[in-house]
Amino acid sequence: MAILVFVESADGKIKKTSVEAVCYARAMGGPVTAIALGTVDRSELESLGTYGANKVLHASDEKLGQGVIQACASVLARAMQDEQSDILVLANSSLGTPVAARVAARINASLASNVVSLPDTSSGFVVKKSIYTGKAFSYVELTHPKKIIVIRKNAVEVKQDGNPAQVTPYKAAYSDGDFAVRVLSSEKASGEVLLPEANIVVSGGRGMKGPENWHMLEDLARTLHAATACSKPVSDIGWRPHHEHVGQTGIKVAPQLYIAVGISGAIQHLAGVNSSKCIVVINKDPEAPFFKAADYGIVGDAFEIIPKLTEAIKAAK
Amino acid sequence: MKILVCITHVPDTTSKINFKDNNTKFDNSGVQYIIGPYDDYALARAVELKEATGSSLTVLNVGLAETEPTIRKALAIGADDAIRVDADPVDSFFVASQIAAQAAAGAYDLILMGRESIDYNSGVVHSLVGEMLGIPSISPVMKLDISGNVAKLTREIEGGKELLEVSLPLVAGCQEPIAEWKIPNMRGIMSARTKPLKVVQAKAVDSGVRLLKFELPPPKGAVKMIPADQVAQLVTLLKTEAKVL
Repeated sequence: MAILVFVESADGKIKKTSVEAVCYARAMGGPVTAIALGTVDRSELESLGTYGANKVLHASDEKLGQGVIQACASVLARAMQDEQSDILVLANSSLGTPVAARVAARINASLASNVVSLPDTSSGFVVKKSIYTGKAFSYVELTHPKKIIVIRKNAVEVKQDGNPAQVTPYKAAYSDGDFAVRVLSSEKASGEVLLPEANIVVSGGRGMKGPENWHMLEDLARTLHAATACSKPVSDIGWRPHHEHVGQTGIKVAPQLYIAVGISGAIQHLAGVNSSKCIVVINKDPEAPFFKAADYGIVGDAFEIIPKLTEAIKAAK
Repeated sequence: MKILVCITHVPDTTSKINFKDNNTKFDNSGVQYIIGPYDDYALARAVELKEATGSSLTVLNVGLAETEPTIRKALAIGADDAIRVDADPVDSFFVASQIAAQAAAGAYDLILMGRESIDYNSGVVHSLVGEMLGIPSISPVMKLDISGNVAKLTREIEGGKELLEVSLPLVAGCQEPIAEWKIPNMRGIMSARTKPLKVVQAKAVDSGVRLLKFELPPPKGAVKMIPADQVAQLVTLLKTEAKVL
């Protein structure tokens, strides 16, 4: 089973979720080839070897770094052919998932997204998927010879114990038609921990009373090297940007630790966080439904508790 | 312009999820069905574009006869006519193949749907349809404007957004805040009853995926409450018990 892994990067650095994808491929067994597009730091590419990539291909065309879906799909479909890959592994992202789908339709591969654990190959090739917005799982058999797997965060443990890999330049094949979608501009929060990739998330709700109080959550997040998030009402009233909204119709997160402050825990919010490993809820209302979904809870005034929590974490470091 | 909006018929977001027949079927007893929330955004924007540009608007669902009340609701919101592909929507590849077949036959300029369904959440149907038709696909779209033959879209990306431009035809997976959800008015509900709803046969597809069974997550343990003046204790528990710090 030759495996190809699509590695995404931002500002020259490999995304953590793509490192997980490499670890996932390694854990499946079989030779692992990683492919990265656009401008990426050489040391970052070499480091993929330490996570289990036997070979690293780099198509350095700057144009490919724009993340145009059709262009990436063309390059990957061709790379699977060149490398005689049986399986393509990608991390779930705004680029990875659509690219996976287009490659699947092009080469007639079995496709599974939101995959949460390693495949079971004891009888056929069976993957476990998260469905009903984290409220259930399904087991799906992939029957075509070519398979494409899009993994969710935390689908596999990250292990780093190999040697750096050689980086091979790769001549990517694409056509002008692949760039029919023109990227006019992009805005990205920089220098912060991105929400979908964060191991720890600090999230605030209407209980924070206003955007001017968010500095408390930002202090806590900085101390924990966490991303900040919010509930739907908070992004609806414009206290925080939409890309921080966690829930049924927003971002679904699966961090190690989710700290919810002043969020009551409507079922639609829980749908976005129920894959978190550990949930801490801080709310002044002891009847807040979120406590039922939490691992740890504190009833009290967030404006007193949050600075204390930040200090306690600093003290414990 | 010809607009096609694809909708899913899914359990209400507050539904309790259970399975039956040895965990091989969704248990729909007591479950209310709705238009998928993301599809509802796509439909709302499509109605606005139809009104602004004098376009036609067809709504498409892949589902069994039970989905017709949901399709009628979309007609009440403002679609002109509807197509139901008569099949159980078992997987993304199957559904996308049906949509692509209908879209090719109808020569639509703009194909809208939600970024994902809220039952299977795969989030791939728009991209599969785009590839099957050989046209661009963009998702998740937060803003969509059409001027002549050119679409300008805002797509959400990790930690931000990007502004894109592309010529039609196009497939877009939509999400908020592309438009406000529309609630059907009485006139819409009355007229929806007589709007055309065509039922077509599904085409045979080998999608290469076979659903074996469902599973519910293990029940959550009881919450451990910590007094508000013992915050340090929480930090200790997160380190030593939960092992997440």
